[in-house]
Order: sequence, then C-alpha cells, then structure tokens
Amino acid sequence: MSTTVIRNARLLDEDVVDLLIEDGAFTAVGTGLDAPADAHEVDATDLVALPGLVDLHTHVREPGREDAETVLTGSRAAARGGFTCVHAMANTDPVADTAGVVEQVWRLGLEGGFCDVQPVGAVTVGLGGERLAELGAMADSAAGVRVFSDDGKCVSDAVLMRRALEYVKAFDGVIAQHAQEPRLTEGAQMNEGPLSGELGLTGWPAVAEEAIVARDVLLAEHVGSRLHVCHVSTRGSVEIIRWAKSRGINVTAEVTPHHLLLSDEVVRSYDPIYKVNPPLRSADDVQAVREALADGTIDVVATDHAPHPMEDKECEWSAAAFGMLGLETALSVVQQTMVDPGLLTWADVAGRMSYRPAEIGRVAGHGRPIAVGEPANLALVDPSAERVVEATDTASLSRNTPYAGLTVPGRVVATFLRGRATVLDGELQEVYA
Amino acid sequence: MTFTHLLSAADLSREDAVRILDTAEELLSVASRPIKKLPTLRGRTVVNLFFEDSTRTRISFEAAAKRLSADVINFSAKGSSVSKGESLKDTALTLQAMGADAVVVRHHHSGAPHRLAHAQWTQGAVVNAGDGTHEHPTQALLDAFTMRRHLVGGGAGPLGGKGQSLEGKNITIVGDVLHSRVARSNALLLDTLGAHVTLVAPPTLLPVGVDHWPVQTSYDLDAAMEKSDAVMMLRVQRERMNAAFFPSAREYSRRYGLDVARMNRLPDHAIVMHPGPMNRGMEINADVADSDRSVIVEQVTNGVAVRMAVLYLLLGGAAEEENE
Amino acid sequence: MVAPSGAARPDPVPADARTVLDENDIARALTRITHEILERNRGSADVLLLGIPTRGVHLAHRVARRMSEVEGREITAGSLDVTMYRDDLRLKPARSLEHTEIPDDIDDRVVVLVDDVLYSGRTIRAALDALNELGRPRLVQLAVLVDRGHRELPIRADFVGKNLPTSLAEKVKVTLVETDDVDAVTIVGGAPA
Repeated sequence: MSTTVIRNARLLDEDVVDLLIEDGAFTAVGTGLDAPADAHEVDATDLVALPGLVDLHTHVREPGREDAETVLTGSRAAARGGFTCVHAMANTDPVADTAGVVEQVWRLGLEGGFCDVQPVGAVTVGLGGERLAELGAMADSAAGVRVFSDDGKCVSDAVLMRRALEYVKAFDGVIAQHAQEPRLTEGAQMNEGPLSGELGLTGWPAVAEEAIVARDVLLAEHVGSRLHVCHVSTRGSVEIIRWAKSRGINVTAEVTPHHLLLSDEVVRSYDPIYKVNPPLRSADDVQAVREALADGTIDVVATDHAPHPMEDKECEWSAAAFGMLGLETALSVVQQTMVDPGLLTWADVAGRMSYRPAEIGRVAGHGRPIAVGEPANLALVDPSAERVVEATDTASLSRNTPYAGLTVPGRVVATFLRGRATVLDGELQEVYA
Repeated sequence: MTFTHLLSAADLSREDAVRILDTAEELLSVASRPIKKLPTLRGRTVVNLFFEDSTRTRISFEAAAKRLSADVINFSAKGSSVSKGESLKDTALTLQAMGADAVVVRHHHSGAPHRLAHAQWTQGAVVNAGDGTHEHPTQALLDAFTMRRHLVGGGAGPLGGKGQSLEGKNITIVGDVLHSRVARSNALLLDTLGAHVTLVAPPTLLPVGVDHWPVQTSYDLDAAMEKSDAVMMLRVQRERMNAAFFPSAREYSRRYGLDVARMNRLPDHAIVMHPGPMNRGMEINADVADSDRSVIVEQVTNGVAVRMAVLYLLLGGAAEEENE
Repeated sequence: MVAPSGAARPDPVPADARTVLDENDIARALTRITHEILERNRGSADVLLLGIPTRGVHLAHRVARRMSEVEGREITAGSLDVTMYRDDLRLKPARSLEHTEIPDDIDDRVVVLVDDVLYSGRTIRAALDALNELGRPRLVQLAVLVDRGHRELPIRADFVGKNLPTSLAEKVKVTLVETDDVDAVTIVGGAPA
C-alpha cells in the first residue's frame, strides 16, 4: 500500500495539521510531519477534514433498475459527495430480503472500491408487509446486515412491526421505518395544506407520518428495542420523537437534505423533479426539522438518494416517480441550511453525517475520528467554495436533482476510503497507485 | 392581454376577465346568424388534446374554433399512441411539429396543462380545458358570463352588463368542492370579478386549506339560499360515498341537494346553475333543473361564445415571436 | 353603446395640426351626404345605414337623424364591427371587439356603410366580408366623411364629405363630440420637405 500525506488540513477542533496515511490508516497526525519521499502529497490548505461520511439511506437500484443506478455508479456519486459508506435500501428487484441479494449488493460495493455499500435488509418478504423476511440470515451473511427497512413502504401492520422490533434484538439490529399510514395517503401527491387544495393535488397529511411515528415509538418502548425513523418531515414527528427521547425510548431519526432546504411552495411549478416521498412540507416544517437536527432530536442527515430515469420525471406530476438525487449535494445543502446560519459546527456535521449514522447502522471502520490508528476514511471539504448545481454534472446514471441551477456553498475536494483517494480535486480517481 | 396561456382562473386580472366577457358578448350573436363563421383564425391550427373523455367540452371548443375558421385537430388519447404509453412530452413535441398554434388540453392529472405550457415542449398557447381536480377556467368564464347576463345591468338581455364585473353579487357553490376543478376556477374568477362566493359542502368535501381561499364556507345549504343571487350545484359522484365522504346518496341529497322547496327560498331574481353533466336526483332535482330559474342550457350556449373569445384573444393578434 | 376600450380617448391635438374641416364644415358635409343618399336611392325606403366603429357609427347616427327629419319618420342606423374580418389582425395584439348591431334584415336592402376616413380601403373590404356573412344586400354603398386617397384595393366611395389629398407621412384625425369633445378633421405631421 502507498503512503499519502495531507498537508495543512483543518481538523474539527480547528487545529491545522498534517495527516500521514499508511496502509489505509492514519499513522501520524501533527504539524510539519516528515513523509517518505515517494509519499503522495495532498495540499489541504483551507480545507476542512471530515471523517468519511456515512449515509443511512441510499437507493442504488441494483439489482433491477440498472438503467437508473447501479451499485457502482451510486457509490461513485457517494464518493463525490464525501461518503465512504452508504446503506443501500432494500427496495430493489428482486427485493433485498434474502442473504443472497444482500451479499450481492455488498460485494458489488467492495468490487467497485469507491464506497462501502452496506445493504439494508427488507423487513418483510418482497416488501409485502405480510411475512417477516429472514432477518437473521441477512444479519449472519457476509454483508452483516443490521439495518432493516421496507423503505418506500411502511410496515403498517402493528403486529408485524412489533415482531420485527423484537426479533432484531437478537443481533442488535434496528428497524428503520418509512412512516406512512397507507390508507391516509392513498393516491397522495403532495403535502396536504392550502397549496394542495389550490393545486388540486391529493393531499398527504402530516398525520399520516406522525400517527406511525407515535405508534412505533410506543411499540419500541414496549418491547425495548431500537427504532430508527426514516426521513422525518413534519414538526409533529419531531415533537413526538423529542418526547420519546425524553422518555428514554431507544429511537433515532434522520432528515434528508431536501427536507432541510425545500418547502412545498416549489410544487407550484408542477415539475415532478420536486416530487418525493415523504413530500416536501411547509416552511414551518422545514424550520422544525432544522431545529431538531441542531438540538439532536434528529440524529442524522440521510440522503434518501433516489435515482430515476428522465422519463419518470418528464411527465405529469401525478404520473411521475417519487424521489430525488442527494449524495453529491448533501453536504452543500447541510452547509447552507445548518452550518452557514450557525446552527451546526463542522464538528456537529461530523457527528450527524458520519459518527452517528455509523453507530446506528453498526458499521465497523466508519464514523471514526481522524486519529492515529483509525481507518483513513476522510473527506476534505472547501467550505468557502460556491458552485452552481448542474443536473448533468453527476456520477449518477440519473439526473433528477431538484437543485439544478441553484448556487450552493461548499465543495468536496477529496475523499479517501481506507487511504485510497476516491476523489481528488473534485474528480473521481479511477486508479491510484 | 396579460396572459399567453389560460391555465388557471388566477391568470386573469379583472380587466382581462371583463374583456373576455365583453368579447364573448359580441361573439354570442354569431350563433344566431345564417353563417355562423368568422374568418379570424383562418390558417391557425387549434389542437383539442383530450386525455380524458369529455364530449361536451370538446365539442364546445371545437365549435368555438371552427366558428373562428381555425383548423381543428382532435387528438383523443383513447385509442391513440398515448394509451400505448407515449408520454405527454412526446405528444407535445408531435403537436409542436404539426404547428399547433393553440393546444386545448383536458387531462386527468392536475397540472398537466401547466407542464405542457412551461416545460417548453410546445410553443403554442395552452388552454386548460379541465385538469384533474385542479381547474377549468373556461367553465368559470362561461359561468361568470351567464351570471353577468342575468344579474348585472337590469337582468337578462344582451349587453346588460357589458364592461361590468360581478361586484357585490352573492354566489353560492354547492357540492363536491374537494374534487371539483369547476369550484376552484369559479372561486378564483368570481373573487377577481368582485363577487362574494360561499362554498357549501359537507366538511369531508371541502379541501384542507379552504380557509385560505377568497371565499366563505358553510355546511348549511338552507342558510345560504336567501341571500344568493346565483346558486351553482356541482356534480357529486355517487362513488364518493364508497370512500366515506358521505354516508349515502340519499343523505347527501337530503342535506345538500337542490329541490323545489329549497329553490323557492331563493330571491326572485336568483338563477340556478350546473356545469353538467347533472346527476338528477342527487345534487339537483329534476323539477329544479327544468325550472324557469335554471340557466343550465344557456350555460352550454354561452360556453361556445366564451371559448371563441378566449381563442380569439389568445390567437387573434400577433404572436409575440412574430413581432418585427 | 360603445365598448370601453374604444370610448373617449381624449386625443390632445398636436401643435402642428392643421384643421381642414371644422364643426360647421362637418355638419354641412353630413347634410349633403344625407341628401345625396336619398336622391341616389329615391328616398329612404330600402336604405339601411351601418356605421363602422368607432367614429363611423357616430356619423351614421348623425346621418340617420338628418334623414329622419327629411323623411319625417324614425330612421335608425346600425353598427358593423369588422375587427374579426381585418387582414392585419396578426400584425398587432388581439383587439377588443366593437359592437355589431344590425337593426333590420339586410337581405335585398341598400346598405350604406358609413366611415370617417377612407384610406387604404382595407377596412371597407373587411366590412364587405362581414356583410356577406350577414345576408345578401341588393346594393352596398359607401359614405365617408373624408377620402384621403392612397387606396390599396379597388374600392371607391359613393358619397364623400371632402376629398383630401394627403401625403403618406401625414395623419388624418377625425374627432367627434361623441368621443372626443370637439368636431374637427385635422392633418398632423408630414411637413413639406
């Protein structure tokens, strides 16, 4: 393995240091480090060194919809976003509900080498919401699945949810719930509020999310298990989670970058680029999730990166697919909505986008501090950069970013996965000797 | 004209709306001429793009365009490539290639005309002929036109209300507001024209956020009758009761249907309207529909004149890009 | 009734305007035209006066009043909006429509079209097209207050208040009390080179 020395990186405690990386791990951290003559030097002056980001919520579409994204293209996009580990959701075709499928996804990630791809197992067979999938087999597989989710669908059956929460205790798993009461959201298209009434789009009431969140925290308390709430989008959900945490219930929660930045006003355009599940909510909800992320009620930012081919977005709103890209813009959106306004420090960002997600997902070797002996998973970020998001400037196979044309702060300059540079100068590194 | 498409009643200022009504007033007489045709839109192509069956609206637009001598192409999604999976985008590009100057679009998805107009797939003027549960602006215009003819300038008669709005008139709209594009467009347009709108419906059939609309709402039809200058009954689909919007057709009809007893509580000058097609015995009683107060048939006649006015004002002049 | 958009646009008379017909000239011209129409058509029995909006309608009403006095019976004039028949619609934004009111069946009548200024002849062509779709007059005649020449179509007036040779650079303005506070025909611009 090679040796890399990173010069003048700003650590989270504001110290500016050199980082020596040998054999995939940090071997020295300090000022004016001596490096071997053949070491690769990276100048990180004015760059913030973040621990490699960990995403709890990515859709890679493989197997099944390789036209929208593959494990490889998704992990390349992740690397460009500063991620070194992503959790691949189970709603593929076939569904990741067996050890075979999760191992395939996991191996494809390893082979790609851009980002560790940690599969999420389905809670129920085929996401059908009727029978538990073989959670134990997935946990015991090479992929070592710890996060289980029917994401895209809600485990709405209360008994099934209870059993799932109980069952995963055996291997310290967590159920990541996509909180959406199905009957309350039949045909739903956008946040239910004055705008849905005006636009004539079927409303998606906040209560459809909050009712499930409330039920699930009570179930988690009752059976003493771990619950993770995916993509929290409403003030009501935030308040329930805050209450649950104050009661000591073992619940964690995530928010997406788009729910931090965008409100339902953009739906006025009827452009399905803004169609997402859960829907973009009111400005007040946006405010609430920002506050909750700041005060820790919401633990982590997760992208819900959801690639879709153009034809599923270039159509009528109601006919369009739900979801938007997120991996390559997540950090910029978090900087814009949380860091620049002073709600989070970069150290807080490391917690919410690396340490805590790795802890929730129980992934070893990620979400570790930048310190001697730790795996060299690292993102170098230029917070003073500004860039205009372009839909075509992506490593994803899809282009459904809602931020095209927006000027956002921050740029991931380099990403290292176990010492290997996956991104340098903002460019993906195919080979690095 | 301050609009290049007609997608929502909200696109219209009061000046625009009155101008359309005044133009329609002049065009109404064309229907009674021996030759019901004007040469105005000769050489222009109007495409009726109907993704949803609506013979009434299509015929009305077709008659309007033909009376203005436009070439009319009817494009029905049923049995066409659209039903075989062709996208709205490709359909729009096809129409653009055919040189459509205006696209009259009816669609089961809310916002589809908006997409068509703003996604730059076609350069023609887009007229919303009803989209999902969103809007139906030409219906609102013909309703306002009908109201003005009866309620303004001393009542019925040509030119009674020319140049005027509906300032101060009390209009009651009754029924399935939640699913009604007619109600949305009417609420917006009538407010623009200065009328006071009251929406009457069971709470289940009023949209969340209706308190932000420029209207009053009520659950009590009887209470609204005495002050109404016009009462408009909306079509209520019987199937709605399967989704628990109301317990039964009979209960709906009893509480929110317009029967003779209720109609008799209206002021003498008040008119009864319905955008059609009616569910006789559901939201409106047959005796009411056929009564002297009912202007339902007139609404159909007026629809052609109003649509002629809209097409003329959108297409009759220079298109912006043709300006030298 | 006049549509608001066509109504009272107080047109300030520019400084270089030259008045060619004043109130009395206009009155005399209309009286003469009235008599010519009656003479040519041997009375008013078959005559149907149709003014072309906006000012042609006012002139037609004035002629009708004079005709009523001479004939000793009530004669009314109608109006014929030609907007929808114009050949220059696509050169300007869509115009508001003026009112068309045909007081009587035009079939087999002598329709006298009345307009303020005869210029290119295109308005009259549009009026003939409009008439064509309303019925079949036995005869169509044209009365204008001013004929300023520069015809672009083979059209001529039967009754002319004043022939007014003009240059293309000049503008002829007709103002009438009904819409503009004062009766006058003025020429604006086109100062001799």
